[in-house]
Amino acid sequence: MEKVYINGLGSISAQNTFDNSEFLNTVEFYTENVIPAIDVNYKAFISPAAARRMAKGIKMGIAASRTALQEANLENVDAIITGTGMGCVRDSEKFLSAILDNDEQYLTPTPFIQSTHNTVGGQIALDIGCKGYNFTYVHASVSFESALLDALLQLKLKESHSILIGGVDELAPHTIEIHKAVNHIKSEVVEASKLLENKSKGAVFSEGANFFVISNEKSETSYAEVVGVKLINTLEADELETELKAFLKEQNLSMQDLSTVVLGCNGDVEFDGFYDVLVENSLKDTPQLYYKHLSGEFHTASSFGFWLAARVLKSQTIPKAVVLKGDMPSEIKNVLLYNQYRGQNHSFTLLKSC
Amino acid sequence: MGKGVAITGMGIISAIGNNIDENREALFAGKTGIGRVVKINTNHKNEIMVGEIAYTNSQLESLLQLPETNNYSRTALLGAVAAKEAVESACISDINEYKTGLISATSVGGMDMTEKYYYEYLEDKTVQKYIEAHHAGDSTQKIAEQLGLKNSLVTTISTACSSAANAIMLGARLIKSGKLDRVIVGGADCLSKFTINGFKSLMILSDTYNTPFDENRKGLNLGEAAAFLVLESDAVVKAENKNVLAYLKGYGNANDAFHQTASSENGDGATLAMKQALKVANLNAEAIDYVNAHGTATGNNDLSEGKAFLRVFNTMPPFSSTKPFTGHTLAAAGGIEAVFSVLALQHNVLYPNLNYKTPMSAFNLVPELELKEKPITNILSNSLGFGGNCSTLIFSKQA
Repeated sequence: MEKVYINGLGSISAQNTFDNSEFLNTVEFYTENVIPAIDVNYKAFISPAAARRMAKGIKMGIAASRTALQEANLENVDAIITGTGMGCVRDSEKFLSAILDNDEQYLTPTPFIQSTHNTVGGQIALDIGCKGYNFTYVHASVSFESALLDALLQLKLKESHSILIGGVDELAPHTIEIHKAVNHIKSEVVEASKLLENKSKGAVFSEGANFFVISNEKSETSYAEVVGVKLINTLEADELETELKAFLKEQNLSMQDLSTVVLGCNGDVEFDGFYDVLVENSLKDTPQLYYKHLSGEFHTASSFGFWLAARVLKSQTIPKAVVLKGDMPSEIKNVLLYNQYRGQNHSFTLLKSC
Repeated sequence: MGKGVAITGMGIISAIGNNIDENREALFAGKTGIGRVVKINTNHKNEIMVGEIAYTNSQLESLLQLPETNNYSRTALLGAVAAKEAVESACISDINEYKTGLISATSVGGMDMTEKYYYEYLEDKTVQKYIEAHHAGDSTQKIAEQLGLKNSLVTTISTACSSAANAIMLGARLIKSGKLDRVIVGGADCLSKFTINGFKSLMILSDTYNTPFDENRKGLNLGEAAAFLVLESDAVVKAENKNVLAYLKGYGNANDAFHQTASSENGDGATLAMKQALKVANLNAEAIDYVNAHGTATGNNDLSEGKAFLRVFNTMPPFSSTKPFTGHTLAAAGGIEAVFSVLALQHNVLYPNLNYKTPMSAFNLVPELELKEKPITNILSNSLGFGGNCSTLIFSKQA
């Protein structure tokens, strides 16, 4: 079994994460319940004529993936594997409202085409001319982890050498409105620094794209080793510790071996209890990090967590803004990520310094 | 070659039948499921033909014995029916006994409900339960729930018209790598106003019965369906003394990287996918006895796929598209055609390419026109989609 490394990354988020020479040097603490990703200079990657009709998801995906490739010193990869909860949902809305408002008349195909979930993956393939394996996973909060799992399978068995993986989702106005109507988005704005103290229903929604080149060859640019990932569709809170122990055991590790844990808590009083189970029991002495107060929540927000863990491992520094609890270790070795959304689709991911 | 991937169960619901037996009977009798759209209120009623499933949503709900408070989209309902049949036919009593996963595929997801209640969602509390049923993963979660699958690997693939083929491919790789012992794989897509208008706006819907590989083909008929296979490892097959229906022997996925919706004229992606699948199966092209083509009957697909055939096969084996039976069922297509391929292997038959009249001028390829009995060992099945996504599966009597 080959070891697998993260050799390049690109991140577009609600924070200034696109410049890989900085690491959360400045942090935006929003007071919102919906936060858009900060646009980057897409013109550096996409011709203005093409960009005009392109969904934000595609633009973010192309810019983030090209940055990751550039950092890994690659022009192409063996495979592109994308995770997205909703795809280019603005185009879905645009096409659907046109159907409903104009009684199925005067429709143009562009929004329909872009609404197809694998548009971002397909456009990245077109952009770099990659004829290799191309999959898109669309399973809510494990969309990105599914892409990671698939890539790990190929790289550990040496079926591929370098793979581009990523998580991408975009905000869209109607989707925001209807999620407010059912309190999946918080009904009031919250201060980012008080996200977990607020104890209200719902999350702060956002968007973003986090892409990574992962490979079974270590390089000068390597951030971390990807040890393993596990997806669990349903879980009772009291089964969480057993599942985590089993996952760590597969990697010959125990709770004590974890330098820090990166939690996907999003301030939703109904579902953050899952994280509490771990941090109040077996992980109570493990330093804890969190990020959704910075990235916001979306189906592939955990790819921001993955980005954070990779940056922490390479730089061996932990930005103050992501510290939730505990004294930070002097040497950061094994980093565990745990995420779930609305009590479903849990994932454990383990990264290791390299 | 690593471990074998055995197919030990299957289930299907499509326009030609609500289960395996009904689908088989319709295929063998040459009976199409294509007709005018009944359940969707669209202005294009008289301009299009579709492959619609007979059951209404409430009939499907009572079939599954769902409470009235359920929030199942039609995609989830169809998927649950087919996946349950697959698990039953594989004689699985305890779904959580082995390391089991579910990999489903969909492109429509819960769009059927979203298009019904898009604006009502804002005001009407009684329909708001469907908001969370919209995203593609929800239908898969529901199928897992219906199967009683807990604490497991469950995910969803959406690569347009190749989705279910890719779900089957991932399942096979998870078995081969030992990550799973057993996996339920396939896909589900219901008809929706959204897809009808989408394909209409691309001007690739036929106003009559679809005619794959015919010079005068006018486009595709949309269909709805769900189909699932149960894949099991050699170890489970041995331990449980399982009846193996067929083996999944090869798979390949490639990207055309040519155009967002159109296939390249020379079928680069499809050629790569077929060659890759043959390589994984460790077979020469000559070993293929029948090709179940993607054959959507659009001008572009059939030309591109046909050219790819000529690049892969020195002598083209018998081939046909079953889209004239079922319509193009989008993300489910690779799943229902996997079921049809296994049935063809079991019964040693080739399916007719219905509605075919005139050979294409671009090449000398004529599909099968009658149901034909013939000993078959290996079948190659293609699924090609938007985003340049090309997938090939090879089904075999041998591991």
